This record gives sequence, structure tokens and C-alpha cells, in this order.
Amino acid sequence: MTAADALLLALGAVAVGSGVLVVATRHLVRAGLYLVVCLGALAGMYLVLTAELVAWVQVLIYVGAVVVLLLFAVMLTRAPIGASDDLDRPGWAAALIGGGTGFGLAALLVDAYRWTAVELPDAGTAERLGDQIFRSWVLPFEVLSVLLLSALVGAIVLSRPDIGRPKAQGPAADQSHTGRSGPGIAGGDPGDEGGRSR
Amino acid sequence: MRPVIPYVTAALLFGLGVYGVLRRRNAVLVLMAVELMLNAVNLILVTADTTVRAQLPHGGQVFALFVIVLAAAEIGVGLAIVLQLYRLRASVAVDEVPLTERPSPERPAEPAVAVAVAGGDARPGPTARPGGDVRPGSAERPEGER
Repeated sequence: MTAADALLLALGAVAVGSGVLVVATRHLVRAGLYLVVCLGALAGMYLVLTAELVAWVQVLIYVGAVVVLLLFAVMLTRAPIGASDDLDRPGWAAALIGGGTGFGLAALLVDAYRWTAVELPDAGTAERLGDQIFRSWVLPFEVLSVLLLSALVGAIVLSRPDIGRPKAQGPAADQSHTGRSGPGIAGGDPGDEGGRSR
Repeated sequence: MRPVIPYVTAALLFGLGVYGVLRRRNAVLVLMAVELMLNAVNLILVTADTTVRAQLPHGGQVFALFVIVLAAAEIGVGLAIVLQLYRLRASVAVDEVPLTERPSPERPAEPAVAVAVAGGDARPGPTARPGGDVRPGSAERPEGER
């Protein structure tokens, strides 16, 4: 039981405890804040496991960006302040499946490793990781950049209702539009488009 | 360093994420539980990087970085979908999303055709649905616009 083991145990207990609170709390905003604690403890575990760059990227992207986005979403969906009772479904099946998954995987890994000890390798600094990424993993890196771009474009298209709607070009298109979708929507939408384009 | 400690932590976090995805009704909380699962996978990758001596050094940490980027893309698209759902339904409860109804009045022309085709050959029962399905969507749409 070295210092690294003690640190890993403590940080793991913090991560699992705040993870329990994330899925069990009845306050929406507090769930996001417990998620910050959980992700921070995980970043600490990465540091102990000598993954320096991953730890700082975790703090930067998860705690800095993802949780802030989630909290924005909580506010934009007008979540109630204070405890709310309708956050959960009746969940004995969820407890069964989640507990089965968690404890099953834990039993499998305990059986595989059984309190053996390994030496920690040299640290994964930015220099070494960058060397690996741009030497051995260049193709996945590039594919990932294309995927990020397409995800951002997709998010923009999803959140703007005026993109992707069929344009009413001339009277013929207007006629077909009206014929298909009924009087209620045809009265509103093409006029709206026309007003915007004028 | 005993690798069993971070491995068991990651397994428990993954189980918690599965439980949260199945249990929660609020779509934002479901996304938070998905983040828990992704982080459990990251912890497994980083721990495996320290325990397994692979031919390429630090492959696990490189994969953890890739998973973090994927999670960022996933949360962007996921939140766009959730906010769009909130604009259409004024609610983000995942068990109130009707799966059989035509989902969105965003594109009035194309989905109406698609539903008509699907109702014609695949689902003989609710052939009367497409005509009736346009209504609730088109009735809710102006409220979103206002």
C-alpha cells in the first residue's frame, strides 16, 4: 500500500460518491455540480496514474466546457429551483441493470488483477503524447477533426429552424407546399419566409 | 500501484452511469449519466495504459484524449437536440416523447411524404395517422415561433 494507492483509493471514493449523488439527487443544478466534483476527482486519478496531459485536458474540456454547457441547458429548459419530484422513473429495473453491470464488471476486474502491483511508467507528458499522436495516430486524429466539424455543423442546423426548411421558390413551389401540409401551417410559414427574405 | 483500485472505480462509475441513463426522466440528467459512463471508459483506458506494456507507448492515453473529443461533440449535438425538444414540447422528459407520432413540424413537405409512404406499405393499421398527425405539430409550431 503505497502513497499512490492511498491517493487512488481516496480519489476513487470521492468520484464514486459524487457519481452516486449525480444519479440520485433531486436538485437539477446540484447534479451538475456533483458532476464537477466527480470529474475533478477523476482528473486527480489521471494525475496519479501519470497521465498529465489527459488530466489537464479533462479539467479543461469536461469541467470547463461540458459541465458549463450542461448547466446552460439546465437553465434554458427552465429547470425548477429546489427539489423536484418528477426527475425519476420507478426504477427497480434500472437498479438491477446498473448494479449488475457495475458489480459484474468490478468482479471481473478484481478476478483479473487480484491486488497485483505494477510499476508506474514514465509520465504521459504533452511532448510524448504529441509525439505519439502525430506519428502513430495521425489518421484517427484527422478523422476526428472532420467528425468534430460535422458535429458542430449538425448542432447549428438542428438549433436553427430556418435552415433546411424547403424554400418557397415561386408560385408553383408555394402551391405544392400549401397542398401538402394543410391550411394551418401554409398560412403561417411561407408568409414568414417571404417576409424574412424581403 | 495496484491497478485494481482504478479498475474497480471505473466499473462502479460505469454501473452508476447505466443506472442513471435508465432511471432519470430529465434529458439533461440522462446526458450527465452518459458523461459518467464515458469517464469510466476513460479511466479504464488510462489505467490500462499504465498496466499493459504495449508496443506503441501511451496508446491508452491517446485513446482517452480521442474519447474526450468525442464526448465534446456528443454533448454539443445532444444539447442541441434537447433544446429543440424543449422548444417543441415545453418539456424534456424522455418518457413523454411520442415515438410513433411524426416527430417534427420543422420540414412540412418531406416528412409528410415519408410518413405517407411508410403508412402505405409498412404500417397498414394507422393509415389514417398521417393526415391527423400534422395537426398537433402545426398547432404547436407558432407557439414556438412566438
